[in-house]
Amino acid sequence: MFQVRIHGRGGQGVVTAAELLSIAAFLEGRHAQAFPTFGSERTGAPVVAFCRIDDRPIRVREPVARPDALIVQDATLLRAVNVFDGLGPDAYVLVNTTRDLRELGAAEAVATLRPERVRTVPATALAREHLGRPVPNAVLLGGFAALTGLVSLESVCAAIRQRFAGRVADGNVAAAERAYAYVSATTKEAIDA
Amino acid sequence: MLKQTEGSQAVAEAVALCRPEVICAYPISPQTHIVEGLSRLVKSGALAPCEYVNVESEFAAMSVAIGASAAGARAYTATSSQGLLYMTEAVYNAGGLGLPIVMTVANRALGAPINIWNDHSDAMSQRDSGWLQLYAEDNQEAADLHIQAFRIAEELSLPVMVCMDGFVLTHAYERVDLPSLRQVDAFLPPHTPSQVLDPDDPVSIGAMVGPEAFTEVRYLAHLRHLRALEVIPKVAAEFAAAFGRDSGGLVRRPRFGRAGPAVPARRRGDRDRRDGLGARHAQGRGRRAARARRARRRAGDHHVPAVPVRRGTAGTARRPARGGARAHPRRRGRRRGHRPRARRPRRRGAGAGRGRAVPADRDRRARRAAGHHGVAARHARPRRDRPAGPAHLPRPAAAGGR
Repeated sequence: MFQVRIHGRGGQGVVTAAELLSIAAFLEGRHAQAFPTFGSERTGAPVVAFCRIDDRPIRVREPVARPDALIVQDATLLRAVNVFDGLGPDAYVLVNTTRDLRELGAAEAVATLRPERVRTVPATALAREHLGRPVPNAVLLGGFAALTGLVSLESVCAAIRQRFAGRVADGNVAAAERAYAYVSATTKEAIDA
Repeated sequence: MLKQTEGSQAVAEAVALCRPEVICAYPISPQTHIVEGLSRLVKSGALAPCEYVNVESEFAAMSVAIGASAAGARAYTATSSQGLLYMTEAVYNAGGLGLPIVMTVANRALGAPINIWNDHSDAMSQRDSGWLQLYAEDNQEAADLHIQAFRIAEELSLPVMVCMDGFVLTHAYERVDLPSLRQVDAFLPPHTPSQVLDPDDPVSIGAMVGPEAFTEVRYLAHLRHLRALEVIPKVAAEFAAAFGRDSGGLVRRPRFGRAGPAVPARRRGDRDRRDGLGARHAQGRGRRAARARRARRRAGDHHVPAVPVRRGTAGTARRPARGGARAHPRRRGRRRGHRPRARRPRRRGAGAGRGRAVPADRDRRARRAAGHHGVAARHARPRRDRPAGPAHLPRPAAAGGR
């Protein structure tokens, strides 16, 4: 079973990101489960959502305590919440930022991880460019597909089109493709280096 | 159609497939997405003919459901937590009138303190309301149980609650296979009530009666509840034949062949637990989990346990019960159901859920210390050997024991 934890803030589409990822996995014929931790969340408050993907029916419904991959939609959370909690040394990490993770106070946590599995992507900027709105969730899933290979970019785009229509779908798909290309390129550099 | 969808949406679509004619509900988390989904289906005309009634409270929601059902309509509502408590007076009336209303309860803790998360104290508070309660393990079952619930309710003239864990199921995305309208039509015929309120042919229902008639009415309701023990598995078997999957019945049969202590558990705690048991089984320690899909209601000493357990220890995975209670309502009920007295199982509770890990090792040690081994669970069967008659009425306390 592959377990993903998504951190973000209310309004960034954290829950939707987990749902889209589960749809993408479902479209590939796999079993997937997505769910949020729900409180009385407000815009801007830290939010967490989870996605499990497996080839068999998924029975467990507990929150993901030991994720295989982490998506951080808002880099300011790195100093606010211990997003790396429970992360193993082989975990994948994808952070939405234009800055270096070491500048963001995550140097210690990142040092324990495999460098080619820790990526950043300017998802908010890509979302602004293609959608006109700073909503990075679907964009990050494009980067996630490139980083982990767990789901294909095609499935991510199909999930986006299933959930959204018209300009919103087109913009998200375009931005997700850009994020996919970006992460593919930087990962290749990291492996070559 | 197989799709990846939210639990609430799957339930809304399953309810719509049952062609309800009146839907009334008041929003409360975590149930809200279900009736929002249904309101969209009614507004778009996809669900017709159906009247969606906006009400000012849960009390009104149940009252509208009672009126609609008494007038012969197939009526549906949904609620959670404090909303269920707020409609309690009407819930008992629906039970007493034997109206085949179906209600989803998205299980949520009762305040105070305010808590929107899942436990079963809401539905458990209605254990004795005269409703049947079905508990879903996952979203597939939540959808399927609604389709069965209308059949069961209308066949028995009893209202049915379909309980599903709030947030854990209602807000979870997973794959659900929803049948076609044609399939559901073949399984669930139109509702033909035996009696309706009709201004042109006026009758009163639920009018004042004296103690004798009241006892008789209660007794007849009790018999319908006993008959539920036959109807629920029958409907589940028909569902399995029509839809090709096992999604109902009184108890979930254990996954394992070897007999071990039975751990009846409702809801998805069961799934977590059965996983744990599966792992333990793989280690050669046979245990088995049985599941009570239907919570017990009243019935005094003649209570037929959903999961009869032969001699020994019966544990119940539970959500937090109310303070002061000696045991979870279902656990108390099950113990009472065990007769004769000498064969009554010892009780042991086991917390399950977030932050309340099942103390499996401790449980095993305690059992070993107590000398309890080789306990087997049987599938629930109605007591056919009992004649229908006054013998079913509660015996005096002296004979019934505690």
